[in-house]
Amino acid sequence: MPEETKSPPSPGGGEPKAVKPAAPAKPTGPVPVAWESPLVTKLKRQYGSGIHEANIYLGQNYLVLDTSITHEVLQILRDEEQFDYCVDITALHYPTHEKQFELIWILYSFPRNQRVRIKTRIAEGEAFPSSVAIWPTANWLEREVFDMFGIRFEGHPDLKRILLPDGWEGHPLRKDYGIIQQDQKWVQINLGIESGQ
Amino acid sequence: MTEPTTYLSHLELGEPDKTYLDTNELIINMGPQHPATHGVLRVILKLDGEKVLGTECVIGYLHRGVEKIAEHRTYTMFNPYVDRMDYVAAVSNGLGYCEAVEKLLNVEAPPRAQYIRVILTELNRLASHQLWLGTHALDIGAMTPLFYTFRDREEILKIFEKYCGARLTTHAFRIGGCLYETYDGFEGDVKKFLDFVPSKIDEYEELLTTNRIWVERTKNVGKISAEDCKALGVTGPVLRASGVKWDIRKAMPYAAYSEFDFEIPIGINGDTYDRYLVRMEEMRQSLRIIRQAVERIPEGPIMAKVPKVMKPPVGEVYHSIEAPKGELGYFIVSDGSTQPYRVRVRPPSFVNLQALDLMVRGALVADVIAVIGTLDIVLGEVDR
Repeated sequence: MPEETKSPPSPGGGEPKAVKPAAPAKPTGPVPVAWESPLVTKLKRQYGSGIHEANIYLGQNYLVLDTSITHEVLQILRDEEQFDYCVDITALHYPTHEKQFELIWILYSFPRNQRVRIKTRIAEGEAFPSSVAIWPTANWLEREVFDMFGIRFEGHPDLKRILLPDGWEGHPLRKDYGIIQQDQKWVQINLGIESGQ
Repeated sequence: MTEPTTYLSHLELGEPDKTYLDTNELIINMGPQHPATHGVLRVILKLDGEKVLGTECVIGYLHRGVEKIAEHRTYTMFNPYVDRMDYVAAVSNGLGYCEAVEKLLNVEAPPRAQYIRVILTELNRLASHQLWLGTHALDIGAMTPLFYTFRDREEILKIFEKYCGARLTTHAFRIGGCLYETYDGFEGDVKKFLDFVPSKIDEYEELLTTNRIWVERTKNVGKISAEDCKALGVTGPVLRASGVKWDIRKAMPYAAYSEFDFEIPIGINGDTYDRYLVRMEEMRQSLRIIRQAVERIPEGPIMAKVPKVMKPPVGEVYHSIEAPKGELGYFIVSDGSTQPYRVRVRPPSFVNLQALDLMVRGALVADVIAVIGTLDIVLGEVDR
């Protein structure tokens, strides 16, 4: 397994936030340990190097997958491994990385009483297959990811903004979007005010 | 594994019934300024006469960008912000956030702090359910419960006020424990409340449980099956009323919940009436937990050793608690600096609201009001 895909975030760049560059590694924090389970063995047998990481950090399991197999694995997790509840879908933005976005699914299985996080990386402008057909709850969750990060989900029945107004420009949770930034034009046209900021 | 097809088959909009009256379908707008939408929820309804063919929720009127703000605040500074999401259950929000950061920092709150947290969180659950009951009943046309529940909820808010100075957005907990020791007479106040409130809950039930109008308005209204709940990610009392015995306090205990005896009430039909019964029983179970906690509250410190400047090690954590509305989760990513790289809030209200469409298809307009009430959403949390 490639070592440099180690993913607990090392966001570098850091110019959106005025923080001193990555503080040197803390004394000894908890470290991820390998996650051994029949599920991981099965997936590794099936996908081999597509599984970049299968670890436990702070008692929480996560899988880092290759983008090409992620959608398939999600389907398998629901159909064969009883992960019948999609808790959350969200994303992270790392502007300095080659593949800027990390997509994260938090899944839960009622029969197993177990949670797992699935992570994968996608590049700017790349679309990802929608999981609405796997878990209908993904509908609004994916819309929120689209709204906040501008990640498109292919095959989503109704992909449009959910929290921000339809005509808004920009995706606020991207790191290059400033905290007081707003769509001036939209504010002026729709609210009839000069922006206060 | 059952397919969640029940929901998907509903995605196509229905056609109006062809009768001799030949009604046309009508699109009307409910909200955002409407008292029965519990805030600024706007629902676009497609109607055939009084029958609902389909709905679409328009949300975001209360969006404040809480997740963006988090990235520009230190871990400590962000703590009060979480109270502003589900503002009727601010204590639960604070608990979830503090525990998530503690997990990331690898510290644990001392036992006394854990007990204080449980007492206040359960009191808050009770307050949240009381507010829900009052407003839900008011929407359906029963006005008296509102006055009863607000009268009794006041006692809880007084305890909060005495404990930390605030009634709603309490900011009661800190990362690592609690800032305030309980005030003199705290236990007495809580015990007095515990003795006084059970008869009041019976009183609410007397008004509603066998009330003919209440039963007619809630039985078989807004039905949702357990499979649909799971597929749509619906949690909390709504899921339990559909017959799934699942509560994070039992499934993945946090704080001191593993030390208390309590039951998880479940319903059978998954309709509005069952959800009402489940929440009523939950109030009683909360009282049971509070009583055990007050009687066994240990002595000791209330704050763990946490650094003044918090720099959690690089990593990420997802921690969720059973908030009054369902699973409230915090996904926090640390880059080793004083500010979180990302805080994602998994709001129960937002996800539960998605089930509205399925629950009201084929129902009457008046039932939409009942279903919005029974989902128990708080728009501050839906929009964040």
